[in-house]
Order: sequence, then C-alpha cells, then structure tokens
Amino acid sequence: MKTLFSAIRLTLVSMVLFAVVYPLLITGIAQLAPNHGKGEIIQLNGKTVGYQKLGQSFTNDKYFWSRPSAVGYNATGSAGSNKGPTNADYLATVQARIDTFLVHNPKIEKSQIPSELVTASGSGLDPDISPASARIQIKRIADARKIPEVKVMALINSYTQKPLLGIFGPETINVLELNVALDGLK
Amino acid sequence: MNNEISGIIALFVVTLLLAIPFGKYMAKVYTGEQTFFDPVFNPVEKLFYRISGIDASQEMNWKQHLTALLSINFIWFLLSMFILMNQGWLPLNPDGNPSMSPDLAFNTAISFVVNCNLQHYSGETGVSYLTQLIGLMYLHFVSAATGMAACVIVFNAMRNRQAEKLGNFYNYFLKSCTRILLPLSIIVSALLVFNGTPMTFEGKDTITTLQGDSMKVSRGPVAAFVAIKHLGTNGGGFFGANSAHPLENPNYFTNALEMFSQMIIPLAFIFALGYYLKRKKLAWTIFGVMTVGFLSLTIPTVIAEINGSPAIQHLGVVQPTGSMEGKEVRFGTAASAYWSIATTVISTGSVNSMHDSSMPLSGAMQMLGMMINAFYGGCGVGILNYYIFIILGVFISGLMVGRTPEFLGKKVEAREVKIAAIIAILHPLLILVGSALAAYLTANDTPMGWWFNGNATGWLNNPGYHGFSEMLYEYTSSAANNGSGFEGLGDNNPFWNITTGIVLLLSRFLPIIGPVAIAGLLANKKYIPASAGTLKTDTSTFAIMTLAVIGIIAALSFFPALALGPLAEHFTLFK
Repeated sequence: MKTLFSAIRLTLVSMVLFAVVYPLLITGIAQLAPNHGKGEIIQLNGKTVGYQKLGQSFTNDKYFWSRPSAVGYNATGSAGSNKGPTNADYLATVQARIDTFLVHNPKIEKSQIPSELVTASGSGLDPDISPASARIQIKRIADARKIPEVKVMALINSYTQKPLLGIFGPETINVLELNVALDGLK
Repeated sequence: MNNEISGIIALFVVTLLLAIPFGKYMAKVYTGEQTFFDPVFNPVEKLFYRISGIDASQEMNWKQHLTALLSINFIWFLLSMFILMNQGWLPLNPDGNPSMSPDLAFNTAISFVVNCNLQHYSGETGVSYLTQLIGLMYLHFVSAATGMAACVIVFNAMRNRQAEKLGNFYNYFLKSCTRILLPLSIIVSALLVFNGTPMTFEGKDTITTLQGDSMKVSRGPVAAFVAIKHLGTNGGGFFGANSAHPLENPNYFTNALEMFSQMIIPLAFIFALGYYLKRKKLAWTIFGVMTVGFLSLTIPTVIAEINGSPAIQHLGVVQPTGSMEGKEVRFGTAASAYWSIATTVISTGSVNSMHDSSMPLSGAMQMLGMMINAFYGGCGVGILNYYIFIILGVFISGLMVGRTPEFLGKKVEAREVKIAAIIAILHPLLILVGSALAAYLTANDTPMGWWFNGNATGWLNNPGYHGFSEMLYEYTSSAANNGSGFEGLGDNNPFWNITTGIVLLLSRFLPIIGPVAIAGLLANKKYIPASAGTLKTDTSTFAIMTLAVIGIIAALSFFPALALGPLAEHFTLFK
C-alpha cells in the first residue's frame, strides 16, 4: 500500500517536470523560431495563402500540380491511402490518374510520367515534388499562361532545393512556393 | 539515388559514433558517478523523493523491484484512462475534440503505458492538447524509463558476484528520465522547432489557399512531443500520419534527426552494458549480432523500395524514385525504407511512410523485425529480450558440449531456462493466436455484433494476401510493443481495441518480469570463476550460436504465417 501511495506522489511531481515545465520551456524557445512556433506561413500581397510545410491541392492547368492525396489535402485529417501494391481497386485509381494527367498534358508521353505524380503520399499533405515532376508540367503551364517555356524552366531551377549539405537525400521543389512565384511572373 | 544511399549510410555511422560515448555517459549515470547535470538535477530528484516518501538509497531485491515497477505502471494506466475518457470537458481542448469511448481509452492507455503507442485514433481529431501532453507525452518519458530501469536491474545482476540486492528502482527510473531522456529531448525539440515543427497552444487555423479553397490546419505543441516519442522509442505520433506529416517531420534533416533519436539510446545501451560490467568485448559481440540482423533486414527492404512495383511499371509510367505510394518526396525511398526497419527492430513504431503500401518483401522484413524484437530493440527492453536469447543460447550450447551451462560465472539451471523458454514462446503464441482468430472470423465473414460494426471482412482495407498481412501486422506490432501498423486496418472498434489491448499487456510485462526474475535468481547463486571448461559468451562462436537460436525460433514460429501473407503477395506481384 505504501508503494502505491509513493507511486501516486512520484507520478504527480514528475508530471510537473516532464509534462508542464518541459513543454513550456520548448514553447519559450519556439518564440525565437519562424512565426513563433505556430507554423511558417506564406503570404502573397499581404494575404496568407498557405503553410509553407503543408501541401495544397492544385487542379488548375495554370499551376504546378501537387501529388495525389488520399485525404484531399485535409490538414486536419492526415493519412495515406494504405492501399497494398496488388490491390486491383488501387491500380485502377492509379490508371485513372494517369489518364487524367494525359488529358491535361497532351504533349507528354505516358512513359515520361514519374510515378510520384500518380501515387498518393504518406501524409496526404506532401508539400513537394521532384524536379522531374515539375519539368513535365512546363508545357502545360506555358500554354495555359501564354508565357515562354524557358521562363518556367528558369523558375523551376531557382526553386529546386539541393540535397542536405549538397550530398544527402533527394532534390525537392515546394509546390506552393513555386506556384506563388509563378503568379508573380510578369 | 546515390545521394539517398549515402544519406542512410552516413546516418548509421554518425549514430554509431555518438552511441559509444553516450553509452559511457549512461553507464556513469547508472553507477552514480559524477556527471555534468548533477548540480541541476540532484536537488530536483531529492525534492521529488522527499515529496513521494521514497528512500532512493535503499537497495531492493528482484521481487521488490518488480513490485515497485508494476505499482507505478498501474497508477499511470488509471490516470491515463481518466484523462482519455474525460478530455472533452477538461481544459486545453481548443479544437473541441470529444472524450474517448471506454474500449478506445482502454487500448490507448495500455498502449502508451507499455511503450507501444498503437494508435487507434487520429491525433488531429481524437485527443486534446491536455491529453497529448499529460495523458500521452508524460507516458513517453516514464514508459521508456521503466524499460531502462529494468535493464539496469539486470545489468546489476550480471555485474555482482553474489548479491541479493540489485540497486533501487526509483533511482534508475528517475535518473533515466532526468539525466538521459530530458536533456536529449530539449536539444532535439529545439532543433525541430527551428526547422518548422510547430510548438503552440493555439488551435486550428483557417486559411484560403492559392487556388481559393478554404483549408483548415491542425497545429499544437508538436515539437516537444515528437522529440521524446523518438528518444523514448515510443513512436506515437502527434498527428494521424505520424512522422510522415510535414509538421512532425519537415525536411530531410529532421528526418535524419528523428531517426538518430530513435536509435541512439538502444545502441548506447549496448555500449553502456560494456562499460557498466567492464566487459567491452561482450558489448561488441552483442552489437555485432544485432547489427548483422539489422542489416540483413534493411538491405533487402531498401532494394525492394528503390526498384519499385512491377504493377505500377506495367501501367506505363516510370519510377525514377522507386515505389512512391505512401511515401514523401522530401525523404525519398531509401530513407523511408531504412526508417521502416529501424522503427520495427527498435520498437519505436513511428513511421515516415505508410507500411501498408510498402512492397510485400519490405512488409515481411518489417514484420520479421518485430517478430524477432531483439535487434537493438526498445529503450532497455531490447537488451532484456536479447538476454532471453543469450540464456537459451547458453543452455543449448551447454547441452551440445555436455556441460552445465553457465553465464558470466553463474550456473544456468532448470528454473531459469524454463522462464526463458516461456518468454520466448509467449511472443509467437500471442501473435499467431490473435492472427488466427481474426483470420478465422474474416474467412467466415462473421457478423460481429457489439464487437465490430458489420461483418468481419469490413475491417480490411485490402483484399487477399495483403488483407491477411494487415491482421498479422497488427498483432505482431502489439506483441512487439511496436505501435506501427498496416494502418488501413479498421482497428478502432471493441474487437481490435480489446484483443490487442490484452496482447499489449501480456507482451510488455511478462518479458520484463521474466528476465528480471532470471537475473535475480542468477545473482543469488554462487560465483564460479572462469576455467578452461567455461563457455565464453563474448566470442564470435557464441555470437553465431545466438544468431542461430534467434533465427531458428523466429523462422520456425513465423515462417508459415509470413508465407500466407507478404511472401504470397510477393510471388503474385513478381510472377
């Protein structure tokens, strides 16, 4: 019995340190971080258009498309599709995405499409695409916006994030940032 | 792709290089030598003990240790149940999330107390900030420290020539929290915050996207939570998508940091054993066996994921970055594959890609990691699991050469071997009985009544072999106290909440009680000095022997189940 009472008291006091003091300390440190630890936001003409880390749905031909999302980019219910690789329904979904992509990008061959553009991400909120996935969208965007392809290409190059320390991990492009820059092109 | 391979190799090397000095530090903490943090934490700990009425200098025998350990775990369970079932009206609930149903609260409370973190809810909608911090994050600390303390008790038994008393549980428990988990958590969460992980008490934000849609964004005190969920090898995510979520894991650096965080303490514990017992060679032998095991699971997984899926290739698109379903572009396939094995061998259970969508071979490797559950393993408990295999290895080798088996100068006799055998059999028993029951119900499409809304096949997210894998994975993850899942499985219902809850309880506490009891029994025995006839346990021969015991137990118990699930799916996909 004494052991139980000691356990209760030790639980309560240690809770103060680990579940109250510790998170408050980190919240304090976060005040020095970007946007005071509330998540970095991206603004266009003074208006918040998104969170830098969170992907958004882009369906308009004028914009670079993000990857498919199993939850439709719902940032209050992140999830993947959890479909297995041999699931026939799943493969039909991927086929439908390929068909949609080809309709919107008539100048592209099927064999040029990187699989990441027709498969859902793990979080359903993937903010990035690879440079290859951006490049195959150039023709569509240049046509839709009536601007030269080289301008779009240059934008992709300047928004490509290099691997960590230049050598570790894949190259990525933040789709929202790229699209905001696209809107800023004149 | 080369950048991705170099990324994971560098990560493993850096983790290893830091684990060695950190293991030395941990050994110092547990032997009670002076360390850097004494001026800060000595007064804090004294205060805690005075308030709690605990004398931390009083040494305990193995039974007293277990009483203390189980009592405090019971308190945590009750407290967590209370918070989960009442979070709806309790404070710090800006998003207005409801209280949990009793069966979900039962599963969640047990799951976090036992360091598993099977999550049958989603963080965004299922819990309040109060629950995240006090109901769950607190358990991240103390459940990890429970395993670590139990491991040090076993260290003591191995170190002492002949002793009944094996140190003080509260001393090891609290020191694990204050000297090891807390300082590292502060460093890691600070790094996360500056890389874009939120740490705020504000609720959901609503914005208008560039295309003009309305978008709601869940936030919260994420950084502090994510740091300790990895350091304590807990793995329960703040958000539903766990560390695949861009706010939990914003970039390649944080991904490396979180992978480092989950591996550092299990790796350092092996070296801590070497310093603590002054048997560095034994530590390196254990490290060698575990690393061979880890790599033989990791390498096939990385290759399978990089090569991608033949079914996707068949549709005519290219897979320059490998199999991308369920993965994030910023991590890539190699780091996702590496993580999926790290998190399953180490019992973390956090994910940065969705295992349900992994290649079948990777799924098999992930499950094997949990079925063996002794390659590095969770905080402290990894070594406890491995200890069982050592005892069995010593016993079998003893039989083979016709000598009384001995381990570190102590005779291993019938009682110890019986306990070890029971613990070794318990793991496959819980996994296979659970999976068999669920598979039976599914095969007959049984109407489940109160247990599940609808017929049993309704809980599957995928048909065929993969559906079986979803159920097998769930029980494997529960029995290994891992917490990752083939998340397509519809698991928030009384059937899964209650059956996995029971598996969680048995598979956590019996594998702690067993090794502590064996160690306590051995510690009481007379010390026999090593002679020419002694079986040496720090040689490569014995290492291979242990690996063979692990391989035989896992292969014989689990191969049929794996053949029905992931292996059958593999051969369907690659026919």
